[in-house]
Amino acid sequence: MYVADSRGATAARDALRPGPRRTAAIAPTVFALGAVSLITDISSEMITAVLPLYLVAGLGLSPLGFGLLDGVYNGFSAVVRLVGGHLADRRGRHKSVAVVGYGLSAVCKPLLLLVHTLPLIGAVLAVDRTGKGLRTAPRDAMISLASAPATHGRAFGVHRAMDTAGALLGPLVAFVILRQAAEGYDAVFTVSTCVAVMGVLVLLLFVPGRQATARGAATTGDRASLRAALALLKRRDLRRLAICALLLGLATVSDSFVYLVLQHRFDVPVQWFALLPLGTAAAFLTLTVPLGRLADRLGRWRVFLGGHVALLAAYGLLLTPWHFGALPYAVLALHGTFYAATDGVLMAAASATVPAALRSSGLALVQTGQAAARFACSLAFGAAWTAWGDHTALTATAIALMVCVGATAWLRPVEAAV
Amino acid sequence: MSTGQPMNHRNRLLVLAAAVAVLAVVATASVLHAAGRADRKDQAQAGGPPIAAGHVSLAASAERLMVFRNMAWGPHRDELSTVPAAAPDGPRTASGVKCLRFYAAAGTGICLQAVHGAVQDTYRAVVLDSRLHELRRFPLGGIPTRARVSPSGRMVSWTVFVSGDSYAGTAFSTRTSIVDTRTWQLASSLESYAITREGHAYRAADVNFWGVTFADDTRFYATLATGGKTYLVQGDAAAHTVRTLRENVECPSLSPDGTRLVFKKRVKGLSPDAPWRLYALDLHTMRETPLAEHRSVDDQVVWSDAHTVVYSLAGDYGSDLWTVPADGTGTARRIMTAALAPAYVGG
Repeated sequence: MYVADSRGATAARDALRPGPRRTAAIAPTVFALGAVSLITDISSEMITAVLPLYLVAGLGLSPLGFGLLDGVYNGFSAVVRLVGGHLADRRGRHKSVAVVGYGLSAVCKPLLLLVHTLPLIGAVLAVDRTGKGLRTAPRDAMISLASAPATHGRAFGVHRAMDTAGALLGPLVAFVILRQAAEGYDAVFTVSTCVAVMGVLVLLLFVPGRQATARGAATTGDRASLRAALALLKRRDLRRLAICALLLGLATVSDSFVYLVLQHRFDVPVQWFALLPLGTAAAFLTLTVPLGRLADRLGRWRVFLGGHVALLAAYGLLLTPWHFGALPYAVLALHGTFYAATDGVLMAAASATVPAALRSSGLALVQTGQAAARFACSLAFGAAWTAWGDHTALTATAIALMVCVGATAWLRPVEAAV
Repeated sequence: MSTGQPMNHRNRLLVLAAAVAVLAVVATASVLHAAGRADRKDQAQAGGPPIAAGHVSLAASAERLMVFRNMAWGPHRDELSTVPAAAPDGPRTASGVKCLRFYAAAGTGICLQAVHGAVQDTYRAVVLDSRLHELRRFPLGGIPTRARVSPSGRMVSWTVFVSGDSYAGTAFSTRTSIVDTRTWQLASSLESYAITREGHAYRAADVNFWGVTFADDTRFYATLATGGKTYLVQGDAAAHTVRTLRENVECPSLSPDGTRLVFKKRVKGLSPDAPWRLYALDLHTMRETPLAEHRSVDDQVVWSDAHTVVYSLAGDYGSDLWTVPADGTGTARRIMTAALAPAYVGG
């Protein structure tokens, strides 16, 4: 057995015991997966940051119409996620599926050096997203299987914080390269490739493979068939959790709409617009670990609900008639708090309701349900904005969110998690 | 993958260290290579057009000149430069003012430029007088693409590409602004204008405008995209309104007499790589005529006289300028290498 494994198991045993030792270390596997995500996010956000400039200034293309593919990508990636989740469970091959997922995205980076037309660049990005869709559920399953149930909130918090740190570093690396070499997009893509390869290597070398997950599967005796995966929805606790995630997702407008309304209502200067997501990411980065710990202590559903209350407060601030200077910052801070209190916490909550042998499928099911609901909400929000304007659309969403928070509080889906 | 004998911790670290060393060498080499190439672009290329620093003016003069962004390698790369309109491949005069996109009319210039910051590039629109002195600057929220000035020199417009959300790297939109240089009143986005689509008042969150061309100081034409379609719109900069005239018309450019538009049209059946062809539209009869340029052109053309248009296509140094008659006759002809964003002044 791996050194890492035995240490993880000790940490898990310690964590199960109540008392001061409960806050024992995070399993090494979680740190390893966090490092993989951090490195991979540096690589992919480098590309994201320079892509518009590359398309317009480097290739002289009009990137309009590119966005039309976005909906297709989103739907596709949701399906891929379910497939990845199922494949990972089938023979306890979480790591193999994750390697394929990360590998697929790594292969896409050098391809960007070779393709110079919008449709081909779109195709490469679609493959990149397929990789992302494939790896997400097995990775989250590995995080939960490597840590003790009582520390799941924290484990996911640590992972998400590392992931976001990478996302914040990526654009910085890209601009340092472009500083050294004007129009050096090929250098950005090459460095991004090298970084992505390093992420896959860390995954191959430092994340334990089949043994760890097989052990989990053996204890529960569940078979990871497609039927068993679908039968998960018959489990009352998972069904309730999925329904709550879906309900709340239906009242969660996409980030870009939040930034657009923010810019609209408070006349944020245009040159700051691209920086708004950084505000959300910064709040997410600082709060995700503390809120994950809080979720372990207070109960995940409370923190998860609290996160949605933060989102409700953000909507409220966007709707308020008063203006004060700190208001946009407050909205972004609340928006980041919402993600910190829900993203990893939902996975921690779901982990508690899914048997180990079906962990990956179960997590994929919840994630896909939530993503689909959020996508539906964005479509509805866009239509409502068109018909009634942003103020009315946001008011309606806020009311819907209030109702959904009430319903979730009443259903109490994951109280028994801790 | 995870089959076989697992490595011990030390060996795994050694493998990682070796891989990091190799990858670091590759990464460093690629950056150095790109930096070297960037440096070479500051050296003039043999056989390139002769260019020298000199006086550049947008004012009316005896000689008709063409002002453009010089893209030839060397110390004057990206500077606004002039050549005699009658001899576009002759010696160039460089102004020292750098622009990504440019246009000028009646002594007013609009220069969209990049500002290189410590961690990020930002962009700004600078309105220039006839001596290329800055009159006013406006921060831009994205990457510049189109720029135009009304025939009198009073109204100025520009378009930028905006990409908002960092997690959805494929969603782009445009923002088009119009400024009145007499009052310096800025309409920062045409999206605030009242839209009439096919006769009905229309509002949508996915509205995008680009490519303004002015008829006079009030009336203009532009592209409106919404719901997956593009429209030719006629706008009123005083009333803040636009109405759609026709579908599938992008980047219109109005003829000097105001009777025709040359625009790029998305033609069915063409490769999605190169979907556009240039067409002329007669505004009285609304009849379209394909121009004799058979390649895909992604540019807003400029009228060099009442019968001819000029536009850019990719070339060895980024972009070359080509010309074709505006009535569908003749053939396309290259008039300049290493040039972009032309405007005719003087004469």
